This record gives sequence, structure tokens and C-alpha cells, in this order.
Amino acid sequence: MTTFFFYVMVLLAILIGAYLYRVLQGPTIFDRVLGLNGISTKAIILFIVIGTYSERVNMFIDISTGYALINLVGALAVAKYLEQKGLP
Amino acid sequence: MDILSIIFIVAGLFFMIVAAIGVVRLPDVFSRSHAVSLTDSLGAFLMLVGIAFHEGLGKNTLKILVVLALLYILNPVIAHATIRAAFRSGVKPWQKKSS
Repeated sequence: MTTFFFYVMVLLAILIGAYLYRVLQGPTIFDRVLGLNGISTKAIILFIVIGTYSERVNMFIDISTGYALINLVGALAVAKYLEQKGLP
Repeated sequence: MDILSIIFIVAGLFFMIVAAIGVVRLPDVFSRSHAVSLTDSLGAFLMLVGIAFHEGLGKNTLKILVVLALLYILNPVIAHATIRAAFRSGVKPWQKKSS
């Protein structure tokens, strides 16, 4: 079971690479913001899988809850800012 | 119980792979966001349910369900906010070039 979780973690890390490609490649700013949001969702899932892998789940779930909320505030702030600034 | 969690986690991973492919291949911000935000929350939902099954009944499962509900509420809000900002600041949807 733990090796299964290990491979899940490896696959998630590879998927984060796909989002990173979009962040680096993205023509407009909004692709980058989109990629970052995707990466943060993946990071939340990665936190919890790491928690189950290392048998210390309740600590990691609190971290991922906090991270989800922080990410919401950050993403909304960026979206709000970019709305007025307009396309560069 | 373990088999159930493995099934859910593999299904969640499948949707996440679809989201990753969608992010890379689709031509436009709007279609990319459409692919990412939908499949992402579904993939996250399935994986969290799988891990909740792995944990069995208890305090951890309750916490995982809290994270699940949180993620399920936050993801659409974030996607909507960024794409409305994109639309308002003048990003034109992708038209097929009449080649």
C-alpha cells in the first residue's frame, strides 16, 4: 500500500511539471495565473498523499487546509488586480 | 477497504492526467481554464475520497472531508475570478483560422 502511495506522489510531481510548462509558456498573464492555481491544487493533494505515506496524516491535512485558503486569497487578489490593469 | 481506496485514487489520477493534457494542448485561455478547473476539482474529489477510504472512519476522515468541501468550493471561485478578469481585460476567444 505504501509503495502505491509512493507512485501516486511521483505521478503527481510529474503532473505539476505540465502545469509548470504552462506557467512558463503561457502567452498571456492569465495562462500563468491559471497554471499557478492548478499547481496549488496539485500541491494540496500532494500534501495529503505525503501525509498518508508518512503515517502522519492529521498534521498534513491542517497544512493543506491552510494552504487552500491562502491560495484562494492570493488568486482572488491577482484576478482583481489584473481586471483593472488590463492586458499589457 | 484498501481496494476501494485504490480504485478511487486511480480514477482521480486519471482525471488529473486529463487536466494536465488539457492544460498543455488547448489553444486558448478560456478552453484551458475550462479543462483545468473542472477536471482538477473532480480529480481532487476522487483522490480525497480514496484517501478517506484508506483512513477509515475517524477524526482524519472528517478532516479530509473538510478539505474536500473547501476545495470543492474554492476551485470554481478561483477559476471564475481569473477568467472574468481575462475576459474583461480584452482577451479574445480563439477562432479557428479559416485556413
